[in-house]
Amino acid sequence: MTVPLNPKLFDTDVEQAPIRAGFGEGLVLAGRADERVVAMCCDLTESTKMDAFAKEFPKRFFEMGIMEQSSASVASGMAAMGKIPFVSSYAMFSPGRSWEQIRTNICYNDRPVKIAGSHAGVSVGPDGGTHQAIEDIAITRVMPNMVVVTPCDSIEAKKATLAMAKTNSPTYIRLAREKTPIITTEDTPFEIGKAQEFFRSANPKVGIIACGSLVYNAIMAGKELEAEGTGTIVLNIGTVKPMDRTAVIALAKECGAIVTVEEHQVAGGMGSAVAEILSVEHPTKMAFIGVQDLFGQSGTPLELIKHYGMDKDSIKVAVKKLS
Amino acid sequence: MTHLHDDKIKLLEEKALEIRKSIIEALVEAKSGHTAGPLGMTDIFTAFYFHILKHDPKNPTWEERDRVVLSNGHICPVLYATMAHAGYFPVEELKTLRKFGTRLQGHPHREYLPMLETSSGPLGQGLSQAVGMALADRLDRGQNSNRTVYCFLGDGELNEGQIWEAMMLAGREKLHNLVAIVDRNNIQIDGFTENVMPLEPLSDKWRAFGWHVLEIDGHNMEAIVDAVDEARAIFEKPSVIIAHTIPGKGVEMFENDYKWHGNPPNQEQGANALAELRTLGGQIASEHE
Ligand SMILES: Cc1ncc(C[n+]2csc(CCOP(=O)(O)OP(=O)(O)O)c2C)c(N)n1
Ligand SMILES: [Mg+2]
Repeated sequence: MTVPLNPKLFDTDVEQAPIRAGFGEGLVLAGRADERVVAMCCDLTESTKMDAFAKEFPKRFFEMGIMEQSSASVASGMAAMGKIPFVSSYAMFSPGRSWEQIRTNICYNDRPVKIAGSHAGVSVGPDGGTHQAIEDIAITRVMPNMVVVTPCDSIEAKKATLAMAKTNSPTYIRLAREKTPIITTEDTPFEIGKAQEFFRSANPKVGIIACGSLVYNAIMAGKELEAEGTGTIVLNIGTVKPMDRTAVIALAKECGAIVTVEEHQVAGGMGSAVAEILSVEHPTKMAFIGVQDLFGQSGTPLELIKHYGMDKDSIKVAVKKLS
Repeated sequence: MTHLHDDKIKLLEEKALEIRKSIIEALVEAKSGHTAGPLGMTDIFTAFYFHILKHDPKNPTWEERDRVVLSNGHICPVLYATMAHAGYFPVEELKTLRKFGTRLQGHPHREYLPMLETSSGPLGQGLSQAVGMALADRLDRGQNSNRTVYCFLGDGELNEGQIWEAMMLAGREKLHNLVAIVDRNNIQIDGFTENVMPLEPLSDKWRAFGWHVLEIDGHNMEAIVDAVDEARAIFEKPSVIIAHTIPGKGVEMFENDYKWHGNPPNQEQGANALAELRTLGGQIASEHE
């Protein structure tokens, strides 16, 4: 069953907002709901959208300076004393640079520290490859105890932020810089660990599993494919870990072929996680949309999404090959 | 390297002006990028590429060259513009900054521009690489090596713990073939450095880690050249030059305002900036006229 989505989703003037903005809103709400919530940022308070929280809760906000590694460990210490710390920077540096601190101080100790990685994906644009995190899903999902959420729009990011503040698990939330279309509504259900059907054609031949900023492209591809006579189902996998195994297996059984879509390296990413499930439970032909073992580079977000084969047309080609 | 005569100083100052113009033009064209750091470091980069460095723009892999590590990669507009004016590649190419397919990536990437000594952008990692280069140089050439490794650092960048690890190692190894230059412009992204994460007393800290410390006005060509001369003459320690600079130097609207750390001027601001650049207005063609 498809969940209710933005009625303007297929309009050319669909509203747009950066996914990171929803995180900023959600963090303020989480802070109001629970005074154990604290936040720390590494000299990127506006960029990572922690500024609203810093303004409303100045005592519970900590400017860490450019110290991503130490911040992860400091957050672990705060969590040990009962706080629910959110740490933010660019995804490349947190969890990128601070990976082992997160592994040992946070996941190994099973502390409820929440890592918010902004500017994930090549859609960071002109800053170039050094700033485009396309490995963060792989390096976070590989750690025991870690939960990995990848919201598809700013509204889902807000709900995910609120939800993760309520759990006792180390959690990574993946955020993007650019404005992207609003797909969901305030009423679209969100639950950590649950995938949702966002699009369905009659007689689906290929299941598309998408996450984060590319869910929109996946839906648009599904829509066009439908008009061209190829039926698909698009599943939004808002949580990469723990993955909604039931939904993934059911989709593979119904469609018989799966295309995964993520703004991330194909190696180790969400698609790999899907393959890990299906190869054991229900071996299925798959294709992987994502970065094919390359670094990012400077360019506009659209140029880069197209160059690395993650645009709507690339998704359509992959689906047609499998259908 | 020889002492600066007045006519050389004037020449360097005029070069710096050209380079500032190129930086502003490139940023306007790119529509993104960093303004404050590059303009603040222009005088130093000019002194390096037009007087201090042992290098050959036509032969960038020359083994005898000094090595330059830009640790604060986000100020690459000044590196690119200075290298272009020094003859490494056409000045025209600066217009491609940050665009798809460019060699001038938003942060330096060696794979695209192999004449760079390293790639950077993620802060805090340059000094360690420079220490590695200096150690290797000493292994190959011994104590009397004629090559110097220069590492440029931001002041906010010094928040990163890895910098202090590299400082310790360089101090223990007494790497006199290593010179660090800190852009002490007092800003980082979230505000003034002393509010975000106080660094002072900064000289004492470097000294305590075994470094010879020099503090200069980073806009005074003579002071820049003299400081490097002194640094190279110190035989028992690595040296650091703490260069006091004005972020956004040359354009009043950009100066000393951390909001210009990572924003480019738009078309109109760029045009105003180009018109304002001091010498253009005929105000101070050179302080040494
Ligand atoms: C490891 C890392 N963390 C964060 C950033 C984002 N960032 C880029 S520049 C900057 C501030 C650097 O301050 P400073 O070195 O003083 O440079 P300035 O603003 O003076 O140019 C930050 C936090 C980064 N590039 N690398
Ligand atoms: Mg600075």
